[in-house]
Amino acid sequence: MSEHLVRLTAAELGERLASGDVSSVEATRAHLDRIAAVDGAVHAFLHVDGERALETAAAVDRRRTAGESLGPLAGVPIAIKDVLVTEGMPSTAGSRILEGWVPPYDATPVRKVREAGMIPLGKTNMDEFAMGSSTEHSAYGPTYNPWDLERIPGGSGGGSAASVAAFEAPLALGSDTGGSIRQPAHVTGTVGVKPTYGAVSRYGSIALASSLDQVGPVTRTVLDAALLQDVIAGHDPLDSTSIPEAWPSMAEAVRRADVAGLRIGVVKQLDSDGFQAGVRSRFHEALELLERNGAEIVEVSAPHFEYSIAAYYLILPAEASSNLAKFDSVRFGLRVTPEGGGTVEQVMGATREAGFGPEVKRRIILGTYALSAGYYDAYYGSAQKVRTLVQRDFDAAFAKVDVLATPTAPTTAFKLGEKLDDPLAMYLNDVATIPANLAGVPGISVPVGLAPEDGLPVGIQFLAPAREDARLYNVGAALERLLVEQWGGPLLDRAPDLSSHEMAAAEEGVV
Amino acid sequence: MARAELMDFDEALELFEPVIGLEVHVELNTRTKMFSAAPNPANSEFHGAEPNTLVAPVDLGLPGSLPVVNGEAVRNSISLGLALGCGIAESCRFARKNYFYPDLAKNYQISQYDEPIAFEGSVEVELENGRVFQVPIERAHMEEDAGKLTHVGGSTGRIHGAEYSLVDYNRAGVPLVEIVTRPIFGGEADAPALARAYVSTIRDIVISLGISEARMERGNLRCDANVSLRPRAAAGEPAEPLGTRTETKNVNSFRSIERAVRHEIQRQAAILAKGGTITQETRHWHEDTGTTSPGRPKSDADDYRYFPEPDLLPVVPSRELVEELRAALPEPPAARRRRLKTEWGFTDLEFLDVLNGGLLVEVAETVAAGASPAAARKWWTGELTRLANARDTDAASLVTPAEVAELAALVEAGTLTDRLARQVLEGVAAGEGSPKQVVDARRLAVVSDDGALVAAIDEALASQPDVLAKIRDGKVQAAGAVIGAVMKAMQGKADAARVRELVLERAAGADAGA
Repeated sequence: MSEHLVRLTAAELGERLASGDVSSVEATRAHLDRIAAVDGAVHAFLHVDGERALETAAAVDRRRTAGESLGPLAGVPIAIKDVLVTEGMPSTAGSRILEGWVPPYDATPVRKVREAGMIPLGKTNMDEFAMGSSTEHSAYGPTYNPWDLERIPGGSGGGSAASVAAFEAPLALGSDTGGSIRQPAHVTGTVGVKPTYGAVSRYGSIALASSLDQVGPVTRTVLDAALLQDVIAGHDPLDSTSIPEAWPSMAEAVRRADVAGLRIGVVKQLDSDGFQAGVRSRFHEALELLERNGAEIVEVSAPHFEYSIAAYYLILPAEASSNLAKFDSVRFGLRVTPEGGGTVEQVMGATREAGFGPEVKRRIILGTYALSAGYYDAYYGSAQKVRTLVQRDFDAAFAKVDVLATPTAPTTAFKLGEKLDDPLAMYLNDVATIPANLAGVPGISVPVGLAPEDGLPVGIQFLAPAREDARLYNVGAALERLLVEQWGGPLLDRAPDLSSHEMAAAEEGVV
Repeated sequence: MARAELMDFDEALELFEPVIGLEVHVELNTRTKMFSAAPNPANSEFHGAEPNTLVAPVDLGLPGSLPVVNGEAVRNSISLGLALGCGIAESCRFARKNYFYPDLAKNYQISQYDEPIAFEGSVEVELENGRVFQVPIERAHMEEDAGKLTHVGGSTGRIHGAEYSLVDYNRAGVPLVEIVTRPIFGGEADAPALARAYVSTIRDIVISLGISEARMERGNLRCDANVSLRPRAAAGEPAEPLGTRTETKNVNSFRSIERAVRHEIQRQAAILAKGGTITQETRHWHEDTGTTSPGRPKSDADDYRYFPEPDLLPVVPSRELVEELRAALPEPPAARRRRLKTEWGFTDLEFLDVLNGGLLVEVAETVAAGASPAAARKWWTGELTRLANARDTDAASLVTPAEVAELAALVEAGTLTDRLARQVLEGVAAGEGSPKQVVDARRLAVVSDDGALVAAIDEALASQPDVLAKIRDGKVQAAGAVIGAVMKAMQGKADAARVRELVLERAAGADAGA
C-alpha cells in the first residue's frame, strides 16, 4: 500500500484523495516512510518535519470530510528547496552561515502551496546559495543521484530532483538561476520547469542573482508541473518584478497537448560535438518523433548564445556579491567571534570566513571585482550588453518558430568529485540553460530516454517566448505521451530499485 | 587632540574665496517606509517608538525579503523636486550602494546613483541682511535611511573605544530625499549665513509641501556642509581652480550650520596660508566646542560598487502626474513671505519677529480666520509665545489660529480687555474650551452695565473724600486711585476707559449735588 502510494503522480494522488479512497495522512505517512527508508542513501533532504506534515495532512483530511471544496493538489505532499524560507522550519540555502536559522515568514510560493492544501515534508539539499551544478557545494554534504549513487543529481537543486526521482515526494519546488531546475531534471529523468521571469514571486527565495532567479516546479510528469505552476504563479505585490497580468491554466495546456503544425527551432549552436553522443542521439530521436506527429523542425541560429556563460558569470557574481552581503552575523545566522573578541568588522569577517564555502567565496570575490570602479564598464557593463544581444537572438528566433529545442545539458550525470576541482568545467554544464535566464524566457526539461553508452537519463529542453509558458507545457506533454507509449511506461520505472539501500539505511540507522 | 589653528575670519576672506556645497537629507513623513509596509518613525504618529518595533523583514535585511517602492514617497519626492525648480526624470532607476556597516541591514543602501528623480534646479534664498541668492541645485534623489547605532562605554560616544554597540533598525528604511547643490560661489563673507539660510529655506519648502516633519533636532532634516577655499585671483587673471574640500557631517541646527562653515573657512585658511594642504575628508562637528575634527579620509574613488537595483523596476512618472503635482504646488516660501509682509503692512522688525518665532503659518491662518494682522501678530509673538516658553512647547500646540481670531474679535468688540484676554488664552491653552466658552465659564466678560459701574464708583468716591476733593480741584490724574479701586471691585472685568469717563462724570455730579 505504502510503496504503491509513493509511485503515484501528484495528479493521480490528488484524484485518489478527492475520491476519498486515500487520506492525506496515509499519503504523507507513506512518503515519510519512504524518506526514512532511502534518504540515508540519497540525502535529498536537509530537514524533514514529519510531525508537522502529518498534522497539516490531518487538517486537510478534516476539511475534505467537512465537505470543503479543495484544489487538485490538496493533501499532496511536497518537498521544498532549502532556498525558500519557511516559517517555523529551518532554511539554510545549503550554507553553514544560516545553520539553525528559523525564518519568521513563508516565501510566497510556500504560502501558496500551503494555501492549496499541499503538505510540506521538509527542505531539500542544494549547492550553497544555489551556486553549483552538482549539489556537491552544499555545506551539508552532497545528494546522490537515485539512478547511480556514485553520480551527481545535478545542481543546484539536486535535492529536489533526487527526492522526486527517488519517490520521496511526488513533486518539489526548485529555483533556477542558470539551470538549477532543468539540469537536475535532465540528469535524474524528471521534469523541471523554469517559468518566465516574474511568473512566480521571488519573495522569500533567498536571492542568488535577483535578475536571473526564478522559482519553479520539479516533478515526474509534465501535468504535475503544470498543476504546481498553476498554484504558485501569479502577481505578488511583495515582488516588484512579478508580472501583474493573470496567467492561463498550464494544466489546461497539458490536457489539450497537440504538436500538429507546431514550429520547433533547433538552435544550431547548441547541437554540436561538445555534447555527449548519447545526449545528442536521444535529442534527435525525440525531435523526429515530434516531426512524425505533425511538428515542423527548423534550424535556427542564435549567434550570441556562445557568450552567455561569460556574461552570466559576471552578472551572477556581481549581484550575488551584493545579495550575500547581508550575511554578517549581526541579525541572524552564524556568528563567529575571533579569539579574544573583536570589533564588529572582525566578527563579520570571521563569520563570513567560516560560514561561506569556497565556491561562494570565489563568486563573491569575482562579483566584487566586476563591480569595482574602473572595471564596471568592462565587466558588468559589457555583460549587460551581451544580455541584450542574447535577448535579440531569442526575439529573432521566435519570429520564425513557436518554441526552441536543445539538449538540456551537455552530458549525463557525471561522477561525484569529477569536476569539483575544475570550476570552468562545472560552469560549462549550464551552457544550454543559461540563455533562458539571461533573457527571462521560460524553459522546460523533459526526459527523452537513457543514453546508450551509460544508461543514464537524458533530457530535452524546450524554450518559449516570455509569458508563453503554456507552449512549453503543450509540447512537453505531447512528447511525454508519445515517449511513454513507446516505452510502455514512465522512464523512472527503469530506475534502480533503491530497496537494497533501504536495508543499508535501516541497518545504519540513518535519517 | 590639538586644537586647530584658526585664521581671523575677515583676514581669511581677504586671502581666499570660500566655495560651499550643501547636501540636505529630508526624511519624508509618509505613513510607511520607503521599501516596506512598516510604520515610518519620521511620521509624528510613530515617533519615539521602542527600538526595533517598527520593522518588517525588508528593514532587517532578512534572507528572501524584497523591497517595494512606496508610491507616496515617489510623489512627495517629485513635488519636492518641482518646488526646487528641478526637471523630473521620465524614467529613473534605483541603485545599490554597497558598503558594510552594522546599521545597514543589507550592507547595501538602496539609493539613486546616475538616474536621480529630480535634477537641475534653483532655489531663491534670502539672507537676514536682505541679500538674495539663487542657489543652484544639482539633483534630488530618493534613498532609504540606515538604522541607528548607540555606542556604549568609552568616552567619545563613537564606535572606536566603545565596549559594545546597540543597533535600532526603526530608522532603517525611512524614506529620504537627498538634495545636493552645485558649488555655490559668491557667498563671500555671507557664506556661513547663506548656508544657514539655504537650509532654512529647504525647511520652509518641505513644511509648505507637508512632506516632512522637518524637525532638525529629530534628524528629520540633516545637513552636510562642503567647504573649500581658493586663493583670490589677481585682477584680470582667470579664477583659480577649486580648492580641496572637506565635508562636515550631520550639522543639525541652523546655528551650527553657520558656525561650522565659518569654522571650516577659518581652519582651512590657517592651513593654506602656512603653505599646507587640505586633506579631502569628512569631518565631525562638535556642538559644544564649535569645532570640527577629522573623520575618515574620503576620496572620489570611494568604491561603493553601485549597480542598478535588480529587485526594483525603474520609476516612470507619467507626465500627467508631474503636471498634476506641479499644479498643486504651494506658493514658494520666499515669494509668499514677500507677499504677506506687504499685505500685512508690517515693518521689517515686526515681520522678522514673526519669522524668527516660526509663527508665519500661524499668523497667516489667524488673519485668514478674520483677525487683523496686527492683532494676530500681537497675540502669537506676545502672550502665546510667553505661555509656550513657560510650558516648553510650541505656541501652535496651545491654541488654534481660529481660536486666536475668535479672541481678537472679542477684544475688538469690547467684550474683553487685553488683560482679560490673557486670562482667556490661558484657559483655552489649558483645554477649557473655545475663547467664548472660557469667557462664559470663568465669567470674564467686561461689565458693560453702567449701573453696576456707577454704584461701585460712588462707593469708591464716598470712601475716598480726599480724592473727590482733588478731582474737584481739577487734578484729574487723581481719578486713577478711584479707577483702580473700581477695577479691583469689578475683578478687572471692566473697561478702564469707560470707568474713567464715569468717574469724572460722577465727581462732577457730586459737586453739583453738594
